[in-house]
Amino acid sequence: MADKKIKLTKHDRLNVMWHSQLLQGSWNYERMQNGGWAYSMIPALRKLYPNKKDLSAALQRNLVFFNTHPYLASPVIGVTLALEEDKANGTPVTDDAIQGVKVGMMGPLAGVGDPVFWYTVRPIVGALGASMAISGNVMGPILFFVIWNIIRLVFLWYTQEFGYKAGSAITNDMSGGMLQKVTRGASMMGMFVLGALIERWVNVKFTPIVSKTPVPKSGYIEWDKLPAGGKGIQQALIEWNMGNGKALSSTKVTTLQDNLNQLIPGLAGLLLTFLCMWLLKKKVSPIWIIIGIFVIGVLFHVWGIL
Amino acid sequence: MNAIQMILVVFVAFLAGMEGILDEWQFHQPLVACTLIGLVTGHLDLGVILGGQLQMIALGWANIGAAVAPDAALASVASAIILVEGGQGIKGIGTATGIAIPLAVAGLFLTMIVRTISTAIVHIMDAEAKKGSWRMINVWQWIAVCLQGLRIAIPAALLLAIPSGTVRGWLAMMPQWLSDGMTIGGGMVVAVGYAMVINMMASKEVWPFFAIGFALAAIKDLTLIALGAIGLSMALMYLALEAKGGNGGGSNNSDDAGTGDPLGDIIDDY
Repeated sequence: MADKKIKLTKHDRLNVMWHSQLLQGSWNYERMQNGGWAYSMIPALRKLYPNKKDLSAALQRNLVFFNTHPYLASPVIGVTLALEEDKANGTPVTDDAIQGVKVGMMGPLAGVGDPVFWYTVRPIVGALGASMAISGNVMGPILFFVIWNIIRLVFLWYTQEFGYKAGSAITNDMSGGMLQKVTRGASMMGMFVLGALIERWVNVKFTPIVSKTPVPKSGYIEWDKLPAGGKGIQQALIEWNMGNGKALSSTKVTTLQDNLNQLIPGLAGLLLTFLCMWLLKKKVSPIWIIIGIFVIGVLFHVWGIL
Repeated sequence: MNAIQMILVVFVAFLAGMEGILDEWQFHQPLVACTLIGLVTGHLDLGVILGGQLQMIALGWANIGAAVAPDAALASVASAIILVEGGQGIKGIGTATGIAIPLAVAGLFLTMIVRTISTAIVHIMDAEAKKGSWRMINVWQWIAVCLQGLRIAIPAALLLAIPSGTVRGWLAMMPQWLSDGMTIGGGMVVAVGYAMVINMMASKEVWPFFAIGFALAAIKDLTLIALGAIGLSMALMYLALEAKGGNGGGSNNSDDAGTGDPLGDIIDDY
């Protein structure tokens, strides 16, 4: 036994990583990602256990409950690969030991993956792409797709390799401060970007007119006194001076929104977000909040408030 | 739309449905799904713009534990089809966005159905594992993934079966105030996704970062990339400074001369 060791090659490990992209494919209410986990391990298990009886035991052992963030399963897969390899080569690794490592890792890792990928990286890359796409720029979706998948594939491969090389020793690092630091750093950056996104992209515009004040003569462009044709347009643009010069009409209309913008730009959007947060904390379903906002949007528009 | 285009749309829908559960390549994100449907139907610009709008709304939607997020896949695929079939061009985007939301809810129920079916599938996998037949486990895994694909592909095919004249008729019946109002609602509904994310991440420590981000965003010259760089740098600085000074406990730092923070020393002595 000892002279004929079965080693997982780089090709095998790449194959496992490729398979692991279907991790959530058979997500179910009973054991969650168990089917996808077994599917991910199959390229390795087939090689490690040529004996049908051993393979059957290995498959059953890998069909137990598992659930974590789909990308952070990779380091767990790496560690399990190392353990299965040891076991196949005769080291007495018990099923409980493998199971213990998996369960011990999946909780903390899910706690890292959600804030880092779903709440920080995807909103940032998504907002970057979306802000370009809204103006019709095809580069928006392309950038989103390319950047995201490069980050994802690099992460899947290197964390799986890291787990495989570290073996079960990785569980010692788990309790250390590193993971917690990454999570906290991601939360900080995420909150920073969220603050910016709310200011830029939550659109609430109040239309009611607060005041109409006449603009003093020579404070506005007198359209009927401009020269005709292109000369007139030039003259008007010079007088207007990108909004810094004369006004466009003889009365200055101030809407409620103009007043709010002088105070704090984006205040209405911020307050709306806080209201949503409060409602969510009160266990109101996000779906009802979304429908409610659409109803309010239509009603307030009909009443001339928005 | 000709037959080839319809097949391609259903194929895109299938990809989006698979990704809706896998969450790997992101074909289910509106930015990608709407763009692809726009591409195959010859309305690339419309697809891109709708994708951008819906992406802003869906930024905070994620498949996490107990928090139920609306389903982005069905929302993007169906609203893109309606936008293309409706033939209203850019004007139709507000309405398409509004229609997307109830569809996102419908998609949620469809996911739940497939996830329940998957429970039966993993029991079949158990039986195959006992026999040691790894090939059948692979096959059943793919069947489960394909079911998730069909979850979006079938509704998309049904939508395509409605003649575009009928879709146009329905959209034409919609009064101007309603579609304007829905566009306004679409601008505000973005807040829900952000609120979901904030509720998950917020702690005392990170609120100042939120405040700085909000204040800096008012400077329109700063692009999103610039804002991202500022946010990242601040988080790194915070963690680095904490690692340096954190072990002193913050109480009697003024006693040792080398804190490197003269202002802090003065305040401590004060």
